[in-house]
Amino acid sequence: MKYLDEYRDPALARRLLDELRRTTTRPWRIMEVCGGQTHTLVRQGIDELLPAGMRMIHGPGCPVCVTPLETLDRAMAIAARPGVILTSFGDMLRVPGSDTDLLSLRARGADVRVVYAPMDAVRLAAAHPEREVVFLAVGFETTAPANATAVLHAARLGLANSSMLVSHVLVPPAMTALLDDPDCDVQAFLAAGHVCAVMGWREYEPIAARYQVPIVVTGFEPLDLLEGILMAVRQLESGRFEVRNQYARAVRRAGNTDAQDAVREVFQVTDRAWRGIGALPDSGLELRQKYRLFDAARRFDVGGLRPVEDAECIAGAILTGAKLPTDCAAYSTRCTPRHPLGAPMVSSEGTCAAFHAAGRTPTRSTS
Amino acid sequence: MSIQCPTPHHDDEVVLLGHGAGGRLTAELLDQLVLPSLGGDTGPLEDAALLPGYRELVISTDSFVVSPLFFPGGDIGSLAVHGTVNDLAMRGAWPIALSVSLIVEEGLPMAELRAVMASLGKAAQEAGVPVVTGDTKVVGRGAADRLFVNTTGVGQRHGSLHPSAALARPGDAVLLSGPIGLHGTTVLSTREGLGFESDIASDSRPLHRLVLALAPNGPAIHVLRDPTRGGLAAALNEIARDSAVTVEIEESAVPVPEAVASACDLLGLDPLIVANEGCLIAFVTADAADDVLLAMRSLPEGAHAVRIGEVTAREPHGRVVLRTMVGARRIVEMPLGEQLPRIC
Repeated sequence: MKYLDEYRDPALARRLLDELRRTTTRPWRIMEVCGGQTHTLVRQGIDELLPAGMRMIHGPGCPVCVTPLETLDRAMAIAARPGVILTSFGDMLRVPGSDTDLLSLRARGADVRVVYAPMDAVRLAAAHPEREVVFLAVGFETTAPANATAVLHAARLGLANSSMLVSHVLVPPAMTALLDDPDCDVQAFLAAGHVCAVMGWREYEPIAARYQVPIVVTGFEPLDLLEGILMAVRQLESGRFEVRNQYARAVRRAGNTDAQDAVREVFQVTDRAWRGIGALPDSGLELRQKYRLFDAARRFDVGGLRPVEDAECIAGAILTGAKLPTDCAAYSTRCTPRHPLGAPMVSSEGTCAAFHAAGRTPTRSTS
Repeated sequence: MSIQCPTPHHDDEVVLLGHGAGGRLTAELLDQLVLPSLGGDTGPLEDAALLPGYRELVISTDSFVVSPLFFPGGDIGSLAVHGTVNDLAMRGAWPIALSVSLIVEEGLPMAELRAVMASLGKAAQEAGVPVVTGDTKVVGRGAADRLFVNTTGVGQRHGSLHPSAALARPGDAVLLSGPIGLHGTTVLSTREGLGFESDIASDSRPLHRLVLALAPNGPAIHVLRDPTRGGLAAALNEIARDSAVTVEIEESAVPVPEAVASACDLLGLDPLIVANEGCLIAFVTADAADDVLLAMRSLPEGAHAVRIGEVTAREPHGRVVLRTMVGARRIVEMPLGEQLPRIC
């Protein structure tokens, strides 16, 4: 694991911070799109060490946070049916739906299981032909190839009891929606390295050109983020707006074309509602007609769902970077990881949870 | 773009797995339900309790429900011995005797039970502690998960070694006897078939000899604690709370084995909250810190002992602060409950 040490070197971190302070002349505002990057920034306290006035805006890139309430309610309604095994990644289990969450449902007897890969759900279906095995498939472009491969595998095996509740979202439409918002004050983006490892960065080039924003493909280690921020600031200071790649050890311009082919084979682009943000055109993936046999939303007619959103939580403003968790009156009081009011307090990648885990208090707000 | 806000409702009416994970949910369950039902004193919750009327005797009990029963570096039998021996040791005691109680699920292969008991017996023998009483129950299929083991231990304290979670004082050095995260990542990896097994083995082992080696420094040793469920973060938070002090640790000083770091990185887990079964934290006076480190390093179980931080007078009390790699400070919160691997 030499690479971990290399990207967590305190002396190098200090040199990058010094270089950033020397380079920065204005209070730039940079958005890290990805929740994993938010987590590293806040856990390491990097956002508190930036040059005076400069601010990181925490973006909507937590897949758990943006999964629509209706999808969660649907997953729970399916999980509650006899004979169903509902599977998903661990951090989806605590996300609150309208009435409850999957962990509580499991405690009441539903067969809800954590899996570490979508293929695990397919294997479970093959091992339990008498049960319906449903995988709650959320995430950005990063998780889509593994989900596509799992669908292809289930199709090859002819599994009639394997299905997915798909709620994939795509990064570029969210970025353009943010930039189209007249209140948006993002001046540069750190693009998520793992998304670009799949998709490359070609689709970011028209965004950088059209909106005149620098975009830096960035990794997740502390030094990755410091270097990515420095690369963005250098462009801002010199008036350039290009897509640059900090994460060269994992990302190339064209991305992983095999993975893209698998995603294109199984999924098609669709309009998608983002929790806390609303509907964004062409911002999601759904199963193609050819694979609709594996679509849990079609297989299970749960009906009668009335998702209830409440006005107290400011998750939408958090997810769009308009506000910080510490701006919320409920933060760390009525809203905690124990009793989350909204999804950003649930997932480890959620901005509110990252702030809470790091012990940020309203008086220490960076806003 | 319209902005809306999700507000959910939570279910507090049933017990969740997280209530047993050693974090904030466990503390809530104890504070709000278990302890009020039992009455008695409400002091700091220690690894082992003093036997009323017997100043040098301590008692500890623990139930082991680990799945799978066998994992690299140990099994439920040896773990049951080590866990209770270590709980006694954390009060500065040498184990005198153990009881062992088994709850066996109908259908468990006799060969597996035999292997667990052989391992348990060997662990007790190697620790030098006799098993003096026990009990065996068999329950119907589905009423238990294969095998549960409860061990209770009685121990005798060494001379002037009287550590307590409430005795940390400003100026104390915080020492750690070895690397963290091995047990939790090994069990998770084995249970879920994640394929890290070849790289990681549990650190399960008895620590009473290590504590004996510290006995000559008795009065200088204020707190001993083995960071099991909830990991280093939970143990340090409990000590900070019970002693009403602030604990500061240096991120780069905390030894995280490469295999643990990579497993946690992949799964989105924090090594600070992953369980351990073979290391201890010692809070000692600053002037004794070097001597205690030398004593620890004289034994295999303390060969990699390091100083990871200190107790400060900084307010508010009851907090654990981590100095990060880039030089910032952040609060290390008490973990909530069950660790849930992240999505990507």
